[in-house]
Amino acid sequence: MNYLNKGETMGLKDFFKNRQLKKAAKQQIEMPSIELKSIPSDETLCTLWTKCESCKQLLYTSELKKELSVCKHCDHHSRLTAMERIEQLVDYGSFIEIDYDVLPTDPLTFSDLKPYKNRLQDAEKSSSAREAIVTGIGSIDNQSVAIGSMEFQYIGGSMGSVVGEKITRLIEKAIEKRLPLILISSSGGARMHEGILSLMQMAKTSSALKELHDAGLLYISLLTEPTFGGVTASFAMLGDILVAEPKARIGFAGRRVIEETIRQKLPKDFQTAEYLLLNGQIDMVVHRKELKKVFSDLVRLHTQNEKKFFFNNDLVLDVKDTPLLAKV
Amino acid sequence: MKANIVPLDFEKPLNTLSKQINELEQKSSLVNGNKKLLIDLKTEYEKAKADIYKNLSPFDRVKIARHPQRPYAIDYINHISPSFYELHGDRTGKDDNAIIGGLIEIDGQTIMVVATQKGRNIKENQKRNFGMPSPEGYRKALRLFQHAEKFNMPIITLIDTPGAYPGLEAEAHNQSQAIALNLRELAGLTVPVISIVYGEGGSGGALAIGVANRILMLENSVYSVISPEGCAAILWRTRDKASEAAKALKITAKDLYELGIADEVISEPTGGAHYNIEETCKNVLSSIKKHLDELNKLNAEELRKDRQEKFRKIGEYIQG
Repeated sequence: MNYLNKGETMGLKDFFKNRQLKKAAKQQIEMPSIELKSIPSDETLCTLWTKCESCKQLLYTSELKKELSVCKHCDHHSRLTAMERIEQLVDYGSFIEIDYDVLPTDPLTFSDLKPYKNRLQDAEKSSSAREAIVTGIGSIDNQSVAIGSMEFQYIGGSMGSVVGEKITRLIEKAIEKRLPLILISSSGGARMHEGILSLMQMAKTSSALKELHDAGLLYISLLTEPTFGGVTASFAMLGDILVAEPKARIGFAGRRVIEETIRQKLPKDFQTAEYLLLNGQIDMVVHRKELKKVFSDLVRLHTQNEKKFFFNNDLVLDVKDTPLLAKV
Repeated sequence: MKANIVPLDFEKPLNTLSKQINELEQKSSLVNGNKKLLIDLKTEYEKAKADIYKNLSPFDRVKIARHPQRPYAIDYINHISPSFYELHGDRTGKDDNAIIGGLIEIDGQTIMVVATQKGRNIKENQKRNFGMPSPEGYRKALRLFQHAEKFNMPIITLIDTPGAYPGLEAEAHNQSQAIALNLRELAGLTVPVISIVYGEGGSGGALAIGVANRILMLENSVYSVISPEGCAAILWRTRDKASEAAKALKITAKDLYELGIADEVISEPTGGAHYNIEETCKNVLSSIKKHLDELNKLNAEELRKDRQEKFRKIGEYIQG
């Protein structure tokens, strides 16, 4: 992070990185795209380089990370993991994860083409997350907040019993400690593999939010690419302030389902953050680089009139809750 | 088998038998052989009937739940209350006819009823949008819930919907927010809320009027996070596997009762509610009265807490 703040003067390392970058970019232009796939050391290349999903330009991974995973060519906000989100928003080292030991089970012994149990194992491997959400307490510019961030890589960020339970507990924690709540959504909706139990998590989380609402606490909901179905139709849309990232797709029903139902093509910008803003559904579309400042300001503006609850740093947390050091 | 009832595919053998019985019965003079045949056919019919309805698969129940002659909200309302004053509109620009609501009376207590309503034919379904509410419908429902709260009326919601309407206008008018807000506001009400799923409980579109102190389900109704066809299309990659999806999703009234979500399964006549609407409505009414009696004993704060705790408990996970 310190490296980032140096800013203007270019280090020697950067100079060489840039040279390599230019060289590689030049090679890319000359090379036919088919050959690209057959470059041998694919894995090492993948960790070093990231291809922008939008403009297909190759970006130096470490540089992309410094830019908060926003493409410098086309401003595309690429998908982040739950922990990356939190790292980008909270003060360095301030995040304390809670309820990390709440883990999924298979209540319906569900099996489609593959048993749900196996899907859970695969999801854990492929996403290196234990469930589709990370929750905890952190601070934003020294203001304590309860924060939850969804992991899209884990079964499409779908909400099953664990997601519902962890969000509900986080809300209860926020009420107990009188903290503002921030939830970052990225989800395809309710998790089918837990059937009706998943659906009921919509009621469970919304019901907890009713308590938070009546307790007069702030809830900021950040909608990111993509947020759909049961997640949008419950906690994600219930924020006092609704913020979305540029071009994020947000909606209730999926585009294809709607097109099949009404038998007509939908406009290109349908269900984008900008479309939602135009239709009065969200408060603002905020660039990722501005997010921390906007959140910090919003928390301050909503809490400074109630000073007696402000700067609530004497949090009593379980011994097992140790701070996670942010990986930079 | 009642002659005017449209048989479902698994009822076809019954239908054939009952046709044969009818033909025989209509013959003026029966020779001995025919008499015996008639008796045999009747025993066979009873046996087949018992077999078929005892072994209904989850997807058979889906078919019964969607039967075009199944009683709808208006039928129940007319049977359980002497009067119904329907109230219309969301007060911001529309009256969605997929949701109906208004005032009824049970044992001298005024009750707000809010329900999804399907149509019986094309014209009616154009009006009712096949029972798929738009955001305006949910906002109308919310207005009626708040009205009930103000005048201390218990709320009964009757649910039978394929789901919230997935349309362009519905999205532009914020379907998600309309549903989400209902979930939150229902959770905070201080009057008794009873939800009865009488047909299809279609996901969020059903839950949006279903956050209740008591969830009751008719024997052949279903309640699911996604339609069996939708689930099959995504997980099995073909809609043809809907029957398997219906089984895997655990969507029948019995399943929900066992999962601790439905508080009671209301029994239906053999074959389904459409075989005897009076009897079904009688069962529904007595069930409503039982739960209403219990809930009427709770005070405002207890009612809110009771409802919140019901949903707080739902979900299965392991810890540690």
